[in-house]
Amino acid sequence: MNDSARMQVRDLWLDLGEFHLRQIDLDIADGEYFVILGPTGAGKTVLLEAIAGLHQLQEGHILLDDEDVTGMPPERRGVGFVYQDYMLFPHLNVAKNVAFGLKLRGMGREAIKERVTGVSRLLGIDHLLHRSPATLSGGEQQRVALARALVVEPRLLLLDEPLSALDPEMRESLQRELARLHRELGTTTMHVTHDFEEAVALGERIAVLNEGQVVQVGSSEEIFRRPNSEFVARFVGVRNVFPGEIRRAGDGRRVFRFDGIEMAVVTDLAGRAHASLRPEDIIISKAPLRSSARNSFPGRIATIADRGTVIYVTVSVPPDFTCVITRRSLEEMELKEGMEIHIAFKASAVHVF
Amino acid sequence: MKALFADRMRTSFVVLGSLLILFVAWPLLRTITATGPAVIWETLLDEEVSDSILLTFYSSLVATGVAFVCGVPLAYLLARVDFPGKWLVEGIIDVPIVVPHSAAGIALLMVFGRRTLLGRAFGLFGLKFVSAGPGIIIAMLFVSLPLLVDAAREGFEAVDPRLERVARTLGASPWRAFCRISFPLAWRSILSGIILMWARGLSEFGAVVILAYHPMAAPVLLYERFLSFGLRYSRPVATLMILICLATFVVLRVTAGRKRGEA
Repeated sequence: MNDSARMQVRDLWLDLGEFHLRQIDLDIADGEYFVILGPTGAGKTVLLEAIAGLHQLQEGHILLDDEDVTGMPPERRGVGFVYQDYMLFPHLNVAKNVAFGLKLRGMGREAIKERVTGVSRLLGIDHLLHRSPATLSGGEQQRVALARALVVEPRLLLLDEPLSALDPEMRESLQRELARLHRELGTTTMHVTHDFEEAVALGERIAVLNEGQVVQVGSSEEIFRRPNSEFVARFVGVRNVFPGEIRRAGDGRRVFRFDGIEMAVVTDLAGRAHASLRPEDIIISKAPLRSSARNSFPGRIATIADRGTVIYVTVSVPPDFTCVITRRSLEEMELKEGMEIHIAFKASAVHVF
Repeated sequence: MKALFADRMRTSFVVLGSLLILFVAWPLLRTITATGPAVIWETLLDEEVSDSILLTFYSSLVATGVAFVCGVPLAYLLARVDFPGKWLVEGIIDVPIVVPHSAAGIALLMVFGRRTLLGRAFGLFGLKFVSAGPGIIIAMLFVSLPLLVDAAREGFEAVDPRLERVARTLGASPWRAFCRISFPLAWRSILSGIILMWARGLSEFGAVVILAYHPMAAPVLLYERFLSFGLRYSRPVATLMILICLATFVVLRVTAGRKRGEA
């Protein structure tokens, strides 16, 4: 879809009583996959609805390809919308749901049929066209909702927690589907979620939203490595998140390669992916550890951050791993910044996504 | 069935409840069975009776039509929008339920009577309400419109507003989103409201008799026959009315039942 657009939000203010948005500024490049990450009640859905034209702004402007669409009604913006709970029209079958937007455009029957068939194949729902939405599983319904939004070739696709209502397995498969669709169609996409792994896996850039304000915008690495506020740090949690690539090692087991090192992982995935590791799953020792832990690296302590009950130790292998230890271990091992030590963790402690 | 008599409390509740059921069903059945089919048929052929029944059906249909045209949009607004004074609007719509219907007739007379401003204005177009068909219609409209508005409102409330929003993003104007999404999805509720209102209009006596004794709507005719000729002559008309209303009610129950079955 070549008519996908750049989207800018300038100084947007909106007060709906229950939710409000304050001074939102965003600039999303043509073809970008942009994720809005925030806790429940942060105003994520309202922001998407405002961009779609479903709420009148108190202040501010929304631009699509430099055209000011602030006062334009939603039906003329060419913005696709997919809700968390699908919102399929219950009185229409799958085919009619998907064809809804095309019919409104006064397209001929043959042309509609062709487009519906095309998008249904793309989403793997062509065998469901005559079914009623009520008879579909969550994953199927979400695919139909995506097809319905994509078939009209929107300039901008808005996804409101599209994976949150699905069970974990379905979520993973649809997440891969979203990435594939974006690769194939290149539609500018804004995806709202409260799930950080989803954000990392899909977002080229991420904006963290809290209480109606954008608190940080950046790549996933920037957000997770350098949270600019207490809130972001708390919300994304202290984790080790690495982008890298999954490879098959000589013995058939999978390894995750990143920043010049390889670590053993347990996964079915292949190719480019992310790995995350909880700080508490890393063991620090002065000598190399002989244990069941398959991953062991030498490194140097870069920083020691005292957070009261726990202490965060950043170990530079490189890359940097953040570990958490108790005050007692710190004192027993007499850890100091600059010390050479070893870290170890199990392959199963690494979450690949 | 067993669950009804599971314990003593339930058994006694069954007895108490049955009294009420009997109280409603017995008189109706008694009236129906007291009149043979031949007499009912004969009554139906009585021109005064059949004219009156047709007039009643027609008037109630027009009243329902008016309520549909103005009441469905109102119901939609009440379901979708919060505005200052909404409680007042909701109250006004439901007032006809609590006002004595003869008082409603008097109130309508105060506005639509021959000498009133509105009465004269309509008179210019040859439309009069007192002792005329339109009087029956507005009397029926006044007392039965809450049924349609409330049912339609419940229907719209059950439609997720986000369905409309999706339709809007897909290119639908507000009108189209309403016609293609909200209205069809609320239709079953609206339809049962229509039937309920129409049936309620048929049976209206109090307001109708004050605005328009003539031409005679069926309940008025029944009343007049009772006063002039007594029970024996009014009973067949009563039977006929009850049968017709029962039939309507069955249709209503079937539609409402189907709605529940779907959900």
